[in-house]
Amino acid sequence: MSTTDTATADSKYRVRLTDTTLRDGSHAMSHKFTVEHVRSTVRALDDAGVEVIEVTHGDGLGGSSFNYGFSLTPELDLVRATVDEAKQAKIAVLMLPGLGTIHDLNQAHEAGASVARIATHCTEADVSIQHFGHARDLGMETVGFLMLSHRATPEELASQGRIMADAGCQCVYVVDSAGALILEDVSDRVGALVAELGSDAQVGFHGHQNMSFGVANSVFAVRAGARQIDGTLVALGAGAGNSPTEVLAAAFDRLDIDTGVDVQALMAAAEDVVKPYITRMPVMDRASIMQGYAGVYSSFLIHAERAEARYGVPAWKILEEVGRAGYVGGQEDMIIDVAVQLAGANAG
Amino acid sequence: MPKMTAAIVGSGNIGTDLMFKLMRRSEHIEPKYMIGVDPSSDGLARAARLGLISSAGGVDWLLAQDDKPDFVFEATSAKAHAANAPRYAEAGITAIDLTPAAVGPYVCPVVNLDSVPAAENVNMITCGGQATTPIVAAVSSVVPVPYAEIVASIASKSAGPGTRANVDEFTETTAKALEAVGGAKRGKAIIIINPVEPPMIMRNTVYAAIPAEAAEPGPVQDAIRESIARTVEQVQAYVPGYSLRVDPQFDPAREDWNSQGRVGVWIQVKGAADYLPEYAGNLDIITAAAARTADLLAERKLAGSPANTAGAHA
Repeated sequence: MSTTDTATADSKYRVRLTDTTLRDGSHAMSHKFTVEHVRSTVRALDDAGVEVIEVTHGDGLGGSSFNYGFSLTPELDLVRATVDEAKQAKIAVLMLPGLGTIHDLNQAHEAGASVARIATHCTEADVSIQHFGHARDLGMETVGFLMLSHRATPEELASQGRIMADAGCQCVYVVDSAGALILEDVSDRVGALVAELGSDAQVGFHGHQNMSFGVANSVFAVRAGARQIDGTLVALGAGAGNSPTEVLAAAFDRLDIDTGVDVQALMAAAEDVVKPYITRMPVMDRASIMQGYAGVYSSFLIHAERAEARYGVPAWKILEEVGRAGYVGGQEDMIIDVAVQLAGANAG
Repeated sequence: MPKMTAAIVGSGNIGTDLMFKLMRRSEHIEPKYMIGVDPSSDGLARAARLGLISSAGGVDWLLAQDDKPDFVFEATSAKAHAANAPRYAEAGITAIDLTPAAVGPYVCPVVNLDSVPAAENVNMITCGGQATTPIVAAVSSVVPVPYAEIVASIASKSAGPGTRANVDEFTETTAKALEAVGGAKRGKAIIIINPVEPPMIMRNTVYAAIPAEAAEPGPVQDAIRESIARTVEQVQAYVPGYSLRVDPQFDPAREDWNSQGRVGVWIQVKGAADYLPEYAGNLDIITAAAARTADLLAERKLAGSPANTAGAHA
């Protein structure tokens, strides 16, 4: 791979960037990506040397629903457009067992996706065993997502990572779905996974900006041994957004962390390609900061804002209560329940 | 009225909970056998202490007995039931299948048991299916439901190894039952496993697409509300911990919903704590439904059953 070959020989770290603008960004776009958005974004990322591009409904394969929001464009059409447009990048899809199925994975594979990223709550990795096995049988590269990683200790996370690796997962991610982890929270978790997995699987990190630590946390992750890092252009993503890919690239370049990407090209992609189509800029506001602070799944944000509009209870208050109740990724339905209960309490 | 006998095959959480339910509450069924494959199983030991004939010899042992049961409750796995089903049928034993094998028709006792013709094998769908198909059926009995979607959330501690090893079986079986039993044109099911402590009580959310006018206040919406309320009462007859968290929520038609409106129903299922604690409503609702189904089938048989001919209840 040319980008790898040109890595400077004296770089201490070699990291693979995965851009998930077209998956995590789907939340911020209320799942209304068009084929044109996807083609222009993929072309820019691919030209900039990004090695993996993820495209799926924000909640993964099969996410188009009442609960998470219906896709404007069928996601397989978006996967096919991505595959068609990419010259060098591998195309990844996300799936959450319990939401998507092996049938969905087969269809994505047929559409040309070659990386299966399989996500579970950070303590429930064993629900992914059948999916990792199947993805490997299909010949796909595999990545495991331990979501809401702040809710498990480094040791617990390591044992869950072991379950994924034994099932056929080739890289286990610490996924800071709530943007709740801060600095050593990340390096301790990444370090525990690296120690547990050794050469059996790589370790990755997926950060959010709810408390503005996405890029700094990614640096801590790399220094603790992470070899795959996620970002999105312009930070487009759930909650206050993701670690911005163009900032990761620039910061890593300054820190002599080799990614093989063209930093200038990524800055241009963010500015000229993605920013013009964004309907809602990622922002650290009261509700999204509350997500980081209370440890709430980032994609709950827009659902909480809708519940605020419908039931007259502030989004930040709903999210605080959701955090207290300990709801996990995928339980968007509970937001309405919480809002109705809070509205009732206010009325009484 | 005399009781009919039953064997429980599978001595895990489901089988053990079912044993307690039958012993404590069943009108017509007497659990006689508990069958497992692991001699050290806690469920087998409990059953033996409570006076059931217990064996770790599996289905081979059961079918070798002279005194065969009238009913067998299958609480093993879909694969095991697919293999066992023809053998039960050959032995003349009615099978109540609690796995997602779906050899026989899907049954939710408050929705479609009457229309199931004297089946020798009925399938209990899934825990989420038992909680949600009645609500979808309640809505689809009033207005057409082109699409129904459910989210079942269960406590991590109540998700057994069978569920975890094959979550796709849950989502696919439940989705099909939303169509076949619930009456939705298309169904989708989602399951979430939540590890929070103390464990969360089983929850189910039902979203059904409904005609735009039904989502607005008026007689059609009132009819939907009444239908849902009636159904909840009917389920409560055998699952006392089944309740609505909030009133059904009606949302007006939206373009990205194919110009349909939506009704949302939030259900909590608190278990009877017959075996696992009350958070495990998922266990409770499927074993309660199985016990209820067997009771009703036994009642038909004991009554000399005019329903023994297909379609008698149609």
